Amino acid sequence: MAVQGDAVEVAGPYDRAKALSAFKAGDIAFYWITRACAISVLLILGGIILSLIIGAWPAMKQYGFAFLWTQRWAPSADPPVLGALGPMYGTLVTSFIAMLVAIPVGLGIAIFLTELCPQWLRRPIGIAIELLAGIPSIIYGMWGFFVLGPFLAYTFQPFMISLFDGVPVLGSIFAGPPSYLSVFNASLILSIMVLPFITAISVDVFKTVPPVLKEAAYGVGCTTWEVVRNVVIPYTRVGVIGGIMLALGRALGETMAVTFIIGNSFRISSSIFAPGTTISAAIASEFAESDGLHQSALMLLGLLLFVLTFFVLAAARLMLMRLEKKAGK
Amino acid sequence: MNPTYARRRRKDIIVRWLCVGAAGFGVTWLALILLTLLFNGVKGLNLEVFTQNTPPPGANEGGLLNAITGSIIMTAIGVGVGAPLGLFAGTYLAEYGRNDRLTSVIRFINDILLSAPSIIIGLFVYGIVVVPMRSFSALAGSLALAVIVIPVVLRTTEDMLSLVPNPLREAASALGLPRSLVIRRIAYRAARSGLITGMLLATARVAGETAPLLFTALSDQFFSLNLTKTMANLPVTINNFVQSPYVYWKQLAWTGALIITFAVLALNIGARILGAERTAK
Repeated sequence: MAVQGDAVEVAGPYDRAKALSAFKAGDIAFYWITRACAISVLLILGGIILSLIIGAWPAMKQYGFAFLWTQRWAPSADPPVLGALGPMYGTLVTSFIAMLVAIPVGLGIAIFLTELCPQWLRRPIGIAIELLAGIPSIIYGMWGFFVLGPFLAYTFQPFMISLFDGVPVLGSIFAGPPSYLSVFNASLILSIMVLPFITAISVDVFKTVPPVLKEAAYGVGCTTWEVVRNVVIPYTRVGVIGGIMLALGRALGETMAVTFIIGNSFRISSSIFAPGTTISAAIASEFAESDGLHQSALMLLGLLLFVLTFFVLAAARLMLMRLEKKAGK
Repeated sequence: MNPTYARRRRKDIIVRWLCVGAAGFGVTWLALILLTLLFNGVKGLNLEVFTQNTPPPGANEGGLLNAITGSIIMTAIGVGVGAPLGLFAGTYLAEYGRNDRLTSVIRFINDILLSAPSIIIGLFVYGIVVVPMRSFSALAGSLALAVIVIPVVLRTTEDMLSLVPNPLREAASALGLPRSLVIRRIAYRAARSGLITGMLLATARVAGETAPLLFTALSDQFFSLNLTKTMANLPVTINNFVQSPYVYWKQLAWTGALIITFAVLALNIGARILGAERTAK
């Protein structure tokens, strides 16, 4: 026993010091590894912006600001004439129509899920809507082309044309030969794709409304709609707008589904049933076979898209952060 | 009844039905898409799909073996590279940098990357990998997927670690455990199912990604395990086949679409079940 005790006494301080210094080294290493990983996120963002600017530089030098309002896109001309007006117009129009459909429907679903739906049905419907966000975007493209396209071209468009025949502005919006590939088809598919984002965030922010507020409104005799309209929506307005902006960011950048069904035509047409293109669709369908100035112009398009989505998403996040602060109080 | 009340009630009932209609609308889309996939995809579903390579144009037999393998390899590398990076970055945000200015900046940038268009990430990887290597490669495709994985995993890791109660950490520290072990042995363990949920969601997200692969990994007709060359992959193969005039290619594309969609949805549902278990406890 005595011998063992001695051994422990001798070994003790030595092992302890060793273990402590190993702990300390491990601590420092782990701290710096995690910190480096966290900073890599900033590097990725910097890298994206830098690589886009470098790639787009030749096109920027060649076309300058005229790139923004030139409609012609002729990469095989000599020298190539390239302008971003067509894709930019397509991106904005498809996103605008998509939001026009997705906002009311998305909010409607959110109201249904938080105020009207029986408890047992809440989870299945919530999951079904969220699964819509999980379906790969190429599947939406195929579905839009093979199922929605024929329906729109042969049933919906003739109906709209007969309805608005001869009406000055609306008539030309719906005019044109039937085609599976159209701006409207792409917009509709986009609206389904961003629906889950609007719904998910709206449900989240609707849940932050203190029950007392709603109960007080019900207590003085408000109907469900009046409670939503006058209590829930005003209380959560910033968050709902944040969710909508987030969805808009997604819609602006969505690629595969749109590439499939928009027809990739750089001409701007007044009809929403005519083919068009968006920035992302132009990049997706032409980049792999491009070179030189053409490729640089596509990079420049990518840079424009990134700047656009960056500001939309940044605004969305700032709004959601403001709501979080309010909820945290 | 008082006309004002009648009007208010009428309005309420109309809005209620509109909301029910909206929910029906959303669920109908999901059902329609899944039914179309089943209807078109099941016809071509047989063992050949999993054992043979993609056929040349016009051929009437062949499968998707090379495309499925390529997709699995690239997704695995993408998640393998991106998930640890995201995990450690999320750990920094939740454990070390809670009151750091850097943390709020990184969180903000990460949230933007989370929703950034995936085609832009393809352009980025094209610039930093494909151009210097002078060839399209599976490696470039995997890295593009990794860049998409990082923000997803970072976000869930941070959220899940913030849910771990502080007394757990304090108790471990009081026993003399150093900070890094408190995180790895205590916080990670307490948040384990949440962390796995995040990785499953990230896998689901990249498994169906097409846009960033279009000009990084490209795609081809051959079975290949070489990471420095182009590699066949399911999403791009579907994209190429479905737009072709060949009936058999189209059929394969639908079958591939069915496989990929159900794989992705299964991952999503699995992640949700795992996440629900955690909150139920």
